[in-house]
Amino acid sequence: MRAEMNESRQIFRHGATLSPTCRTVQLPAARFPVYAWNGLTKGTNLNAGIVFRAEGIGKSYPGVRANDDVSFDVREGEIHALLGENGAGKSTLVKMIYGLVQPDDGRMELMGQPHRPSDPRAARAAGVAMVFQHFSLFDALTVAENIALGMENPPPRRDLAARITQVSTEFGLPLNPARRIVTLSAGERQRVEIIRCLLQNPKLLIMDEPTSVLTPQETELLFATLRTLAGQGRAILYISHKLEEIRSHCDRATILRGGRVVDSCDPRAHSARELAAMMVGGQMREIDRTGRSAGTVLLDLRGLTMAASSAEGTSLKDVSLSVRAGEILGIGGVAGNGQEELLAALSGESLSAPGSVTLEGRDLSRAGPEARREAGLLAAPEDRLGHAAVPDFSLSENTLLTAGGRKGLVRHGMIDRPAARRYAEAVIANFDVRTPGPGTAARALSGGNLQKFVIGREVLQAPRVLVVNQPTWGVDAGAAAAVRQSLLDLARAGAGVIVISQDLDELLELSDRFCALNEGRLSAPRPTEGLSLDEIGLMLGGAHGMEAAQA
Amino acid sequence: MIRLVPRTETAPVWQVATPILAVLATMIAGGLLFAVMGYDPLAAIRTIFWDPLFGQAAAYSRPQLLVKAGPLILIASGLAVGFRAGIWNIGAEGQYIIGGLCGAGVALAAYPGEHWWLFPAMIAAGAAGGWAWGMIPALLRNSFGASEILVSLMLVYVAERCAAWMAFGPMKNPEGFGFPGSRNLQQYPSAANPELIAGTGAHWGVFAAALAVLATWVLMSRHIRGLHIRAAGLAPRAARFAGVRPEALVAFCLGLSGALAGMAGLFEVAGPAGQITDSFGSGYGFTAIIVAFLGRLNPFGILLAGLLLALTYIGGELAQLTMQLPAATVQVFQGMLLFFLLGFDLLTRFRVERRITA
Amino acid sequence: MIDLTTLIPALLIAATPILYAALGELVVERAGVLNLGVEGMMIVGALAGFAAAVATGSPAMGFVAAAAAGAAVSMVFALLTQFLLANQVASGLALTLFGLGLAALFGKSYEGVKAPAMMAGPMGLNWMVWIGFVAVAAIWFFLNRTRPGLILRGVGENHDAAHGLGHPVRRVRIAAIAFGGAMAGIGGAFISIAIVLQWTEGMTAGAGWIALAIVVFSNWTAPGVLAGAWLFGGVTALQLRLQAAGVAVPVQLLSMAPYLATIIVLTLISARQKFSRRAGLGAPGSLGQNFHALR
Repeated sequence: MRAEMNESRQIFRHGATLSPTCRTVQLPAARFPVYAWNGLTKGTNLNAGIVFRAEGIGKSYPGVRANDDVSFDVREGEIHALLGENGAGKSTLVKMIYGLVQPDDGRMELMGQPHRPSDPRAARAAGVAMVFQHFSLFDALTVAENIALGMENPPPRRDLAARITQVSTEFGLPLNPARRIVTLSAGERQRVEIIRCLLQNPKLLIMDEPTSVLTPQETELLFATLRTLAGQGRAILYISHKLEEIRSHCDRATILRGGRVVDSCDPRAHSARELAAMMVGGQMREIDRTGRSAGTVLLDLRGLTMAASSAEGTSLKDVSLSVRAGEILGIGGVAGNGQEELLAALSGESLSAPGSVTLEGRDLSRAGPEARREAGLLAAPEDRLGHAAVPDFSLSENTLLTAGGRKGLVRHGMIDRPAARRYAEAVIANFDVRTPGPGTAARALSGGNLQKFVIGREVLQAPRVLVVNQPTWGVDAGAAAAVRQSLLDLARAGAGVIVISQDLDELLELSDRFCALNEGRLSAPRPTEGLSLDEIGLMLGGAHGMEAAQA
Repeated sequence: MIRLVPRTETAPVWQVATPILAVLATMIAGGLLFAVMGYDPLAAIRTIFWDPLFGQAAAYSRPQLLVKAGPLILIASGLAVGFRAGIWNIGAEGQYIIGGLCGAGVALAAYPGEHWWLFPAMIAAGAAGGWAWGMIPALLRNSFGASEILVSLMLVYVAERCAAWMAFGPMKNPEGFGFPGSRNLQQYPSAANPELIAGTGAHWGVFAAALAVLATWVLMSRHIRGLHIRAAGLAPRAARFAGVRPEALVAFCLGLSGALAGMAGLFEVAGPAGQITDSFGSGYGFTAIIVAFLGRLNPFGILLAGLLLALTYIGGELAQLTMQLPAATVQVFQGMLLFFLLGFDLLTRFRVERRITA
Repeated sequence: MIDLTTLIPALLIAATPILYAALGELVVERAGVLNLGVEGMMIVGALAGFAAAVATGSPAMGFVAAAAAGAAVSMVFALLTQFLLANQVASGLALTLFGLGLAALFGKSYEGVKAPAMMAGPMGLNWMVWIGFVAVAAIWFFLNRTRPGLILRGVGENHDAAHGLGHPVRRVRIAAIAFGGAMAGIGGAFISIAIVLQWTEGMTAGAGWIALAIVVFSNWTAPGVLAGAWLFGGVTALQLRLQAAGVAVPVQLLSMAPYLATIIVLTLISARQKFSRRAGLGAPGSLGQNFHALR
């Protein structure tokens, strides 16, 4: 690995480019000694190769102008951030570069040649590779088969396996080509995607929100890999809305808002607040954390152990926690470490051993969801469409999923439709849900609006304890702030709140105490005050495959 | 270039229009088929859809409408509840046969005594038989994850052979001169399911069907369990989150549709069919699937769809008599109807947009 | 009482229709499509094959015609599910009901007609029995060792990912559905041309449904399909022997055996799949779901 790195430094010195401001990639030197890049920018050249250029790109969907007059370029050897809120048009833009959709106007160039791929194959042939946010992997197939599916002319099976082993070790991302995807962690799955791209020898590598499933350590490892790749003269287009990450690792940033380029800048020259303002187009809302005090213990989990419900699931192992009135408990962890199972164990979708779930002294471990709601334990799952709400139901019908009992919308089993409609209207009004009305189907709402509705539906029922999983995942900044504030307000009113999230910034912002979920085990809680990101990273279990990477 | 855009709001117009379009398309395609086969298409369509109600033999065929529609509607009401929940009972034919066998069994056991309780007991036995037959796939799915589609369908063949066995063996009429088949229950007053209003064809089963339509309507659109059932079909995890136990739902849906199909079998064996024969299963259980879909899984839709398909049965028989149209024509017709319905259903879920691409 | 030397050929013959139909459905399901219309495609194949064999005097032509007819009716299902995005369960059911009616309608004139002599191969068994074995090996090889097979499995496992990588989901599925239809047609024709040697209405008697169960039994593998078909063939052959031997059990109850055996086997295998902790085992990930690339 070290040899490989030296080689890439060579390439670097010999005139491959980085923008002149690329200097300080802050990595913990002790942990990643080979990636200290300080002082490697000598001889960089501003005029050298532009790998990709977009000019006046436009794309419309019925009722939406997804991209409008988008122009930017990506240069050889740089990590170029594409920054924007959900719905700003980032995805549409990269889908056009990757040939999944075709632009209505404008032109693209790759390595000086016109670039207008009719499908992803053509894009790959031209030298574009892409790592998707939701991995495009085939769970039941092996690593080698997955990689072969992403290549135009894969070599014979044995040769391919050998190349996978070789390339993956070279980049410090060891992979066994014969393993099935289902057996891999999120970080390992991402490696498969990256290796699949690398075997194509791409000129332009597109990464779509790649760190949303990674631990901080895995994130560092990923950026180290990206830096190596950039050092080999490739261009990397990096899509994200995580400001800190972009500020510390990217060379340039193009900021999209409402489908248009609002600015192109050096992200390190701006504060996170400035970048956020550019992204959102206004001032960020301040979060009010005041006025809360921890009261008596409301919810108590004792030695909760639960087998995984499916082969891909995670079992919960001896989970204990308590939540007090007025307190927000944050539970961090990388996806797939038992978050969904924990939520199901609390919502009543899964039942556990007697005595393991107690609400205000009442044993609820054998009670189903309806009984738990009656007792005051409410939940909002991560997946808005299909779990928290039925996509094809109207909002009014969706209130009946959880609020029937506590809000008197259902009496003796019979539905009071006007009452359900009124409750839906109340949620819409109180949580600023942008929708034509309570008769609209849930799937017609944007992610942020539906999330406000789902959280609002539970909050307005005045729960004793509310459990939320990923409350702001894939939600625009405005809606995220509103959701967070509503959780704080709920705690201020004396309820206990559990926030399960993968977004560490969110947990640090909201929670009074923090614990980490790792492979179904919950760490002891620690006060959030004064907890550093590095400490949290260690609590999260150092993540998967780190040992191998550090060796 | 044509593209499909998912609808954000339900489209009530298309909900009603698609079944009508499907019926019209079936008539056109059916007419073409008749023309290919050498029949006058217009005459054939008229014989099937018009003459049973308003033609010369209408006095005979009109009551048949309710006789045929009764079991179809009764079975389809139950099936539709399950289909809404994504639970596919396609073995209603088997549950119908077993219901008939159980009901007939009670009657034959009591023969020749006349008791006021006999007919209610037969109804209970028919429902229980159908329920039990439906619970087999439910139990196998809940306990072992076996597909209810395949198990319920296999059980149709088992039930058919049960009926044949009964007709040739245990239930054979001792006074039947050696012919297979049970005693005729129509000639056994306590057990008979006669025409209640002369000239309409309405027997107890028709009233049961009407009741089933009302009850399933209340369940599906006014009761929280109905909402849960619909949620389970559209988004199983959301239903679970709301508090639905999937196992209980499977048992409820298969049990309910089984019981209704079993009752339909009982009303048939005690009424129009009169006896158990080796061909007691007459396809109502399968046609009811078409009825359920044509009625858009809506109880009142099912009512209309049941009447329409009953009409094709009667019209088909009439066309067989007057035009020598083969009996299987009706089956082809019904199959085509389901095809067109499923095809046109697209319009309820998507908007079709034409775009001119440069 | 039961002679193995005659039982085994009887088993192989009884297994063949199911084998063809189940192999076809295996490929269809591996592509992520659940086609419940096997029974309908089989009976259409049975009639078309019989009619062609009678017309040409050549059973081989019969099988060719059966494959073509099976593939042709399967295209109705493909149109409904791949273009009009109709529910696959309902569309398959419609195909079965339609196929049964269609075959009954056009079969009337063939009732009582005799089929031409069968194509005897090694050991006096029909060539199609032997070709069936070759088909098992060929399909195994196709699925596990060829690139088109890999793409087909990818499409069935995760159609969104396959689309994202630029594989033509719809085209792959239509091809698989056509292949499934052709194989079901051949299976049906084997019943009319090589087993019963005449046409009777409803002669497939649930074989298509049993084939669907066998695909589940096989855990979606070609060798598993062969094992399932043999198991079914064994039960059928044995049951027929017992009937012939005059066992004191009513014929109607004996003839339930293949259906009951299917239920039992399906239950056992489903239980194994349900309780198995081995990951990646079982049904293709996108089975039965429609694919619609919106953007």
